[in-house]
Amino acid sequence: MTHSAPLRRRVEVKTVLAYVVLTLGILVTLFPFVWMLLTSLKSFQELFNLTFLPAQPTLDNYRQVLTETKFLLWFGNSLLVASVTTVSVLFFDSLVGYTLAKFDFPGKNLIFLLILSTLMIPTEMLVIPWFVGVSDLQLTRSVPGAYFAILFPGLISAFGVFLMRQFFESLPTDLLEAARIDGMGEFGIFTRIAMPLVRPALASLGIFTFLGNWNAFLWPLIVIQQPQFRTLPVGTALFNGEAGTQWGLIMAASSLAVIPVLIVFAIFQKQIIDGIVLTGLKG
Amino acid sequence: MPAPGSLKRHQTRTAYTFLLVPLVFFLIVRFVPTLMSLRMSLFDWNILKEQQPFIGLDNYRELANDAKFVTALKNTALYTVIGVPAQIILGLAVALMLSRVTALRGLYRALYFAPYVTPIVAAAWVWQWLFSPQFGPVNTALVWLHLQPQSFLTSPSQALATTAGLVVWQNLGFQIVLFLAGLAAIPRTFYEAAEIDGASGTQSFWSITLPLLNPTIVFSVVTGTISYLQLFTQVVNLNFTDQGGPLGSTMTVALYIYQMAFGRFQMGYASAITVVLFVIILIITVIQLKFLTRRHDL
Repeated sequence: MTHSAPLRRRVEVKTVLAYVVLTLGILVTLFPFVWMLLTSLKSFQELFNLTFLPAQPTLDNYRQVLTETKFLLWFGNSLLVASVTTVSVLFFDSLVGYTLAKFDFPGKNLIFLLILSTLMIPTEMLVIPWFVGVSDLQLTRSVPGAYFAILFPGLISAFGVFLMRQFFESLPTDLLEAARIDGMGEFGIFTRIAMPLVRPALASLGIFTFLGNWNAFLWPLIVIQQPQFRTLPVGTALFNGEAGTQWGLIMAASSLAVIPVLIVFAIFQKQIIDGIVLTGLKG
Repeated sequence: MPAPGSLKRHQTRTAYTFLLVPLVFFLIVRFVPTLMSLRMSLFDWNILKEQQPFIGLDNYRELANDAKFVTALKNTALYTVIGVPAQIILGLAVALMLSRVTALRGLYRALYFAPYVTPIVAAAWVWQWLFSPQFGPVNTALVWLHLQPQSFLTSPSQALATTAGLVVWQNLGFQIVLFLAGLAAIPRTFYEAAEIDGASGTQSFWSITLPLLNPTIVFSVVTGTISYLQLFTQVVNLNFTDQGGPLGSTMTVALYIYQMAFGRFQMGYASAITVVLFVIILIITVIQLKFLTRRHDL
């Protein structure tokens, strides 16, 4: 008991120190981010002023982005592409992870190794044949074809298979056996018993998949040929028009693109971290 | 009650039914294109030309004498050597402090995560402005501290490090989340036991935290290296006009592939570069996994 008072004080000093360093770190880390937000509120005349705060904050960039550019269309395209990919990844990666973790069959380890090995194939190596294939099939002109061309590479992710398999391995087999004895079908056991038990894992895989596809750049830049199919990152990058780069608009568009993702992260950050813990990066 | 043999057969049938669509996907979208790239690298494959003649290893021979490719390779190695350790050390330091914090925890985490969700185009512009030689805040601060102002992105010797800074800044949020998860998985009792034995905080860090974080660190090193070897988006958006920084000083292998394949449509030559990149990634990953993975049976 005599030790508890100094021990407690030592802990507190360290905690205070952590807060101070963290706050300083946030100021440095957030500076570019805050600058983006502040620039989006500056008028064209003020854009290259050295003052930190806009002298006359204006929402004009936002008004222009929303009314005079295709921002809403790009936002919609990104939302569609990222959502479809995320749903597909959550379903298929769980299915593969579950099968590899809970079934015993010949070729199991080989299949897992083959899927994992695809992580080492550089995207650049795949992009060239994808482009040739998509061009040969003339996918990029029609509506479902163009969207499919943008999103097909992300429909199943090897990384997600790895994560989900780790998690399903720690799931008790008794539960699944009980359902089997009750006469439930294998697919029903997967969707109604196994999937609901991995919610934290699905939350973290979901947000990282969504984010990855929301910000995807290289493949969409290559494959999108008609302006109407541009996603948010590609559309924003191509703001550089003949009249020079419209930085105010880029900053406003980017600020709008960040807000939904940040809110989702702030709400789900505990589940996201728990999800990664549970999915077995602990080894 | 089915016999064990038929149970096994039932399991096998179900497993392959479940795996059918994903396996076809991996075959068509990953493995076949990889083989196609290997094959294309042996041809003079220009999408604009009528014919694509077989030329054997000529593309590879040409690569060996391509000074621009050698520069891109050297730059990519430099990015990796600067970026991977920097983001792991910074990420771990912030995660260690964040795991100590209880009040405002969610807010702190979200704020550190913000760079990770910032669109790269916007981040690249702000970065150019921050490090601007004439009126950038970084140089203003240097002058304040009575230090020499630097030319950063406009200097062939500093542009690469400045670009690497942007990548580290963007990746930090993801690193922090990974390490927070790794730290959360270490049982508190280990630290309590160490404290009872009189271990200092530093001792606990070296003998408990770091060894138990080994899987997370291996994961970070391997995936971080793979992603730095494919660095593209930041480099392109930081130098949209001249594509590759002053005198090609920020040019990466991925950007060179992009220029060759989609700028000049020399798909065969570009494929040869991707094959070289693949071999490099393969070798480095195998070496890293061999040397970094240690087992901790507790």
